[in-house]
Amino acid sequence: MTASTPVAHEHHVVGPKIYLTILVALLVLTATTTGAAFINMGVFSPIVALGIACLKAVLVILFFMHIRYSSKVMMLTVGAGFFTFLVLITMTLSDYISRNWGLW
Amino acid sequence: MDSHAIATEHGEHELHDEEHPAYLRHHFVTVDQQRETASFGMWLFLLTEIMFFGGLFMAYLLYRNWYYDAFVAGSNTLGIALGTTNTAVLILSSFTMAMGVYSAEIRSRKGLLTSLSCTILLGLVFLGIKSVEYHEKYVEHHIPGASFSVEDFVHPSDKRDVPLAPDMAQHAQLFFFLYFAMTGMHALHMIIGISILFVLLYQAYHGAYMNGHTSTIDNFGLYWHFVDIVWIFLFPLLYLISRHPLK
Amino acid sequence: MSTIVTLPDQQDARLPKLSYLNSEYGLKSWLLTGDHKRIAMLYLISITFFFFVGGAFAGLIRLELLTPLPDLVASDTYNKLFTMHGVIMIFLFLVPSVPATVGNFVIPIMVGAKDLAFPKINLLSWYLYVAGACFLVFALLNGGVDTGWTFTTPLSTHYLNTHVITAAMGVFIAGFSSIFTGLNFIVTIHRMRCPGMTWFRLPLFCWSHYAASILMVLGTPVLAITLVLVMLERTIGIGVFDPTKGGDPLLFQHLFWFYSHPAVYIMILPGMGVISEVISTFSRKRVFGYTAVAFSSVAIAVFGFFVWAHHMFIMGVSNYSALVFSLLTMLVAVPSAIKIFNWAATLYKGSITFETPMLYAFGFMGLFTIGGLTGVFLGSLGMDIHLTETYFIVAHFHFVMVGGMLMAYLSGVHFWWPKMTGRMYPESMSQLAAVTTFIGFILTFFPQFIVGYLGMPRRYHAYPPEFQVLNVLSTAGASVLGIGYLLPMLYMPWSLKYGKIAGSNPWQATGLEWQIQSPPLTENFVDIPIMDHEAYDYDWLAHKTEHEVTTVG
Repeated sequence: MTASTPVAHEHHVVGPKIYLTILVALLVLTATTTGAAFINMGVFSPIVALGIACLKAVLVILFFMHIRYSSKVMMLTVGAGFFTFLVLITMTLSDYISRNWGLW
Repeated sequence: MDSHAIATEHGEHELHDEEHPAYLRHHFVTVDQQRETASFGMWLFLLTEIMFFGGLFMAYLLYRNWYYDAFVAGSNTLGIALGTTNTAVLILSSFTMAMGVYSAEIRSRKGLLTSLSCTILLGLVFLGIKSVEYHEKYVEHHIPGASFSVEDFVHPSDKRDVPLAPDMAQHAQLFFFLYFAMTGMHALHMIIGISILFVLLYQAYHGAYMNGHTSTIDNFGLYWHFVDIVWIFLFPLLYLISRHPLK
Repeated sequence: MSTIVTLPDQQDARLPKLSYLNSEYGLKSWLLTGDHKRIAMLYLISITFFFFVGGAFAGLIRLELLTPLPDLVASDTYNKLFTMHGVIMIFLFLVPSVPATVGNFVIPIMVGAKDLAFPKINLLSWYLYVAGACFLVFALLNGGVDTGWTFTTPLSTHYLNTHVITAAMGVFIAGFSSIFTGLNFIVTIHRMRCPGMTWFRLPLFCWSHYAASILMVLGTPVLAITLVLVMLERTIGIGVFDPTKGGDPLLFQHLFWFYSHPAVYIMILPGMGVISEVISTFSRKRVFGYTAVAFSSVAIAVFGFFVWAHHMFIMGVSNYSALVFSLLTMLVAVPSAIKIFNWAATLYKGSITFETPMLYAFGFMGLFTIGGLTGVFLGSLGMDIHLTETYFIVAHFHFVMVGGMLMAYLSGVHFWWPKMTGRMYPESMSQLAAVTTFIGFILTFFPQFIVGYLGMPRRYHAYPPEFQVLNVLSTAGASVLGIGYLLPMLYMPWSLKYGKIAGSNPWQATGLEWQIQSPPLTENFVDIPIMDHEAYDYDWLAHKTEHEVTTVG
């Protein structure tokens, strides 16, 4: 094993128990988000909805897509993807949000 | 000067047969390297998909901000029962796909065939429900363009809905455009996925993926889960903007 | 003039008996190849073809601009000329130029691998390029597109009857070619490095391509979805970019430039990689500040994502947003400058020789610096208000793209030509071409800075008569430039048959690709090498070649 060879990942086999647990969690979260839509939370409604969606996505990515058991490079890669997406959204929205602020 | 110029270690490259299976491509040194490479490649492809859908999400966020009332009204015409069911169906299909990956890894042909078939079935159910929803929109004149009618928004039949001004009602077209564009793009990815699943099912039926070479199933699984994640975000953004009882 | 070129004795020299060029024969073996080197050659031919198509459009533009009156072509036609020139030069030439030809050829060898990570995807990339090009040719032959390469809405979506959708499809497909190339490079550099090849022993060429590949993978899909939206807007007319239906044309521009700004870094970074290799080799010195150059490449890629709205300063973005983007633009210039300083420091006290690749590299250093500095002028909000949409912008991007990138591309093709073909091109002809190009370039584009500063708008084919002298100078320069670019088309094919046999390392360069035969075997290495020295280690090379007899094949 030389300096450049990446640490070989033991091929971690994720078992049905974990998958089942995540499935149940995801279904519960789905029911929760649907239910929450009927509650008036004002400005928090979209935050809750997106928060639950993010949680579900994280569960899928970590366990169904095995990132929990993958190398740091993989985690960084996924992070880079979402980071770039966030840059697109936030920096574009920053233009639209600040348009109403007037000329200085 | 020849291609031996760099010192090489011949000894270390005498790999045994079980480390040099037939499915090891010539430019890879070990099976591990090949598997991790394929997985990395698929993840990078999924990154491109994130950015691809990202453009649509950006358009959605902007216009939801500008025409919130129209978006609420539009969202409320989408059937929440069907939407929630579809979300559950897709999550279940992600589970069956993950079980398919597991079956391939423990070399269970029966498990793999069952999982792939269930995933296909659930995928088709999702698309079926989607087409029912699309048909509903067609019948209700909510498809943006020439046949769009603002009636339902200017004079809503449900007493709890707030009537919109005609120009804001027109902007509901933007909501529906984004609805069709985003769910349509998602459905296109599902159709491609299901087609590939049929191919995988056929191959698995004829004995493939039982020799430890599970890369294809693994990486298709990543794709399928990604399509699920897109829907996980589409569902609240399109269906659940503001369902709380109004006024 | 002294030279470091070391060739085998030409009396007995022959090309190697077996190489990637003759390992298999027949059209199918080329069109269905998985060999990264053959795919690189396929790209080289297609890219060169489209370079001259794009160049022909440039020639017509410059012809029209000889006179202030719009007398050569109609307005619509002129719009089509500059649109097709831009679209072809950017998407069919500059974006794939170095990565798809030199990068494809050399990166697997540089990392010590037998091929790229995904050979079939590599071939698919080329077919996607060709398919995209076919769509663009179809649009061209059926009347062209006149939106400008920027497809700005609502002009492109509502006010034109030309083949916008076909052209957009072409760019969409070509974009996926780019995405898959980048994907391949990232995975190859991460996972296919040979034993001993740590990240910091990689040639800087690999670092540059790694950075460019990140941009390709993350940026191009946004262009793809933007073009889809334009196509949908044109066909169904939903109003996503239509103000009359509540849409915002600026949304298109945000999404478009989110890709198109990183695109300019996609174009230039591989060229910078070439310059690192060439400057090191022809000064016999390791690149000064390897780590700084490596990290600068990645920094350019990362910061490149944060500055796109500097293309939109006058379009209606909020003042606060414009301010932020302007500040960030200042930041993104820093890593590029770091690289220029490091290359200059590499030259200092080096044993410099003036072979053709080095001439092009010198051209790059000067012209890219001027182009880059004028970019800083444009990044300042106040200056940009006056200079945007004038010929100043045109001059700026031609300095960085043509004076910079195209020179780097020519440098790279000349540098690795002996490796790719086994032959040397004729040195005096190539040096003449390089000097001609440099002179022609300055004559063509420097006047454009002046005429732009004086107020001549871009994309206009009529202009006030007081600008004519500068325009005539520019067109004259373009003729000289054209000759400079045509010369390689003569002597490069000539060299395939009559050029001197190169041997494996005519430049006495370091790097794994120079330790194998020219042209290489299909599998590059007989055994996977083990890397035991740093990049640009000329001592290692001297030690290695001390007792060696130069043989071939």
